[in-house]
Amino acid sequence: MEQTKNNKILIIEKLKKYFNIGKGKQGFIYVRAVDEVNIDINYGETLGLVGESGSGKSTIAYTVVGMYHPTSGKIIFKGENIGKEASKRRLSSKKEIQIVFQDPGSSLNPKQTIEQILSLPYKIHTNLNKKQYQEKIIELLEKVELSPEYLYKLPPSIGGGEKQMVAIARALAPNPSLVVLDEPTSALDVSVQAKIINKLIDLQREMNLTYLFITHDLSLMRNVANRIAIMYLGKICEVAEAITFFEKPLHPYTQMLISSVPVISEEEEHLKPKKVISIGEIPSPVNIPSGCSFHLRCPYKKDVCSKIDPEMIEVSPGHMVRCHLFYS
Amino acid sequence: MDKRILLDIKNLFVWYKVFGGYFKVLNGVNLVVKEGERVGLVGEAGCGKTTTMKSILRILPPGDFKIPEGEIFYKGKDILRMNSKEVQNLRSREIAMIFQDPTAALNPVFTIGSQLGDVVRHADIFKGSRHQKEIKDNSIKALKEVYLPDPERMLVNYPFQLSGGMRQRVCIAMSISSPRNLLIADEPGTSLDVTIQDQIHRLLNEIVDKRNTAIILITHSLGVAREMTDRIYVMYAGTIVEVATPEILFKNPVHPYTKGLLASVPKISGGGIANGIPGKLPNYLNPPSGCRFQPRCECVNPTCIEKPPQLYEIEKNHLVACHLTQR
Repeated sequence: MEQTKNNKILIIEKLKKYFNIGKGKQGFIYVRAVDEVNIDINYGETLGLVGESGSGKSTIAYTVVGMYHPTSGKIIFKGENIGKEASKRRLSSKKEIQIVFQDPGSSLNPKQTIEQILSLPYKIHTNLNKKQYQEKIIELLEKVELSPEYLYKLPPSIGGGEKQMVAIARALAPNPSLVVLDEPTSALDVSVQAKIINKLIDLQREMNLTYLFITHDLSLMRNVANRIAIMYLGKICEVAEAITFFEKPLHPYTQMLISSVPVISEEEEHLKPKKVISIGEIPSPVNIPSGCSFHLRCPYKKDVCSKIDPEMIEVSPGHMVRCHLFYS
Repeated sequence: MDKRILLDIKNLFVWYKVFGGYFKVLNGVNLVVKEGERVGLVGEAGCGKTTTMKSILRILPPGDFKIPEGEIFYKGKDILRMNSKEVQNLRSREIAMIFQDPTAALNPVFTIGSQLGDVVRHADIFKGSRHQKEIKDNSIKALKEVYLPDPERMLVNYPFQLSGGMRQRVCIAMSISSPRNLLIADEPGTSLDVTIQDQIHRLLNEIVDKRNTAIILITHSLGVAREMTDRIYVMYAGTIVEVATPEILFKNPVHPYTKGLLASVPKISGGGIANGIPGKLPNYLNPPSGCRFQPRCECVNPTCIEKPPQLYEIEKNHLVACHLTQR
């Protein structure tokens, strides 16, 4: 491994994921969900992956945990290429990467008690006997602030926030180092969301976790993520530190996103970039527009935008943007 | 204060029948909408926002509910005591509702044209006197008003051929295809992306300004309410806890619930998020005595458990239902 890559826990290189959706007149038709994506995550940080629905952010998450087999590209986790399906990965690398899904109502089996749900990771990944892992489960429940009486409850009988806490506990059971959070709070109310987010931040510090946090909520990312990557139609269009991201958004799409966020104070109103009026909708990933995929909605469109797809360039240290406007 | 009152909900109680008793959902809701006013109704999931709106249009699930007390006056007439013909009239000509999920609001097996045409036809006072062409022209006009591209072609499309944002625009077109006095928008942007939500909200704002229609915007997002409305009602567990203009509410929230809710909202200026509100919504089968927020409130005193607080004015344009501020 190279020296410079030593502080990276996960490196995604030129990842592509195409879905075959049938045969057309000119051969197969593909949904280009993820198209040549490069991202890396440092140890112990939270990378926020933000995008509209259909931008391919969940596909990246699922490919990282091995639910999908990538069409091409590499996923390098702790120096080892794991770009294959979960069934072909080593058990020890599966243990290291865990996922929390969006809707706790459908990611927990309604017919299993919380104890059964939480004991499965121990059965698979450890050699503990029943008594030992039962103790561990109680410890785990304490970590997410649930009392031991929850052990024998069924998911439908507990609230949405508590269900998500159980899902988080399940992800933390095998002691992972990377947790993929796929919109963990978007199905919940703000007051419940606040509790879960704060718990996640505490757990990260306590257990040295690295988060890949996927969401569509930019204002949440400002408070959680160290770095933010914006996705549009299967491609990353801007990556920056969370603070610079809101103070100096560069890509027109980022500006559009930030100016669309509804805010609750004057102070935030000043942070919004000069209103970039949101027009149009995200095109279908089957027919991706030529050139820059955003040019149909872009207010600063130039001739070159519809012809050539821009490359990712680094405008300042750590701030990357993929837009023709910043080519010097 | 010269504007006339359009809608006046007085002390409304709605109970749902369930196994083992009644879900006492609404617990004395008071809400006033003046002509041309933009009113926001904010609250978390399950607090009774949609129930309130459904009782205005009398579209609560038949047979499963009971309204033990309360009146809803629309232009001085009690909706709850109207006969079916008057209600029909109200729904087709006076009040329109935009639902949260445009996919569920449109019938998947009929074209946009036929569904929109139905609405246009029913809104016509001289029923049946119109030609097909006139209905079509009116439908196209409505679709143009919501900036849908190529409205003629849109009429023969089915809902599944449109994107979520376009479907919501069709729903809005339905609600404005004839002049209405009150629009009820039930979380119109929640199921959409932020950029599309922003477009839908701008469109609604424009329509309301142009036509001077009153609107009740139901939302769970305080940010949306701040940007869209003139007056905000904050709802918790079937009761209105605070009423204020956005300027007052976001600078000087008084009710502990509003304070907790505001602190939980993540801000784009950073600074972390407060720890939310402890506990969860009460069980509606046996709601807590006194103030319904009392089991989750940090500064509860004995009076809170004894009797429910009433809304009263603490300053101009600012009403609160809390014993703590009552002197």
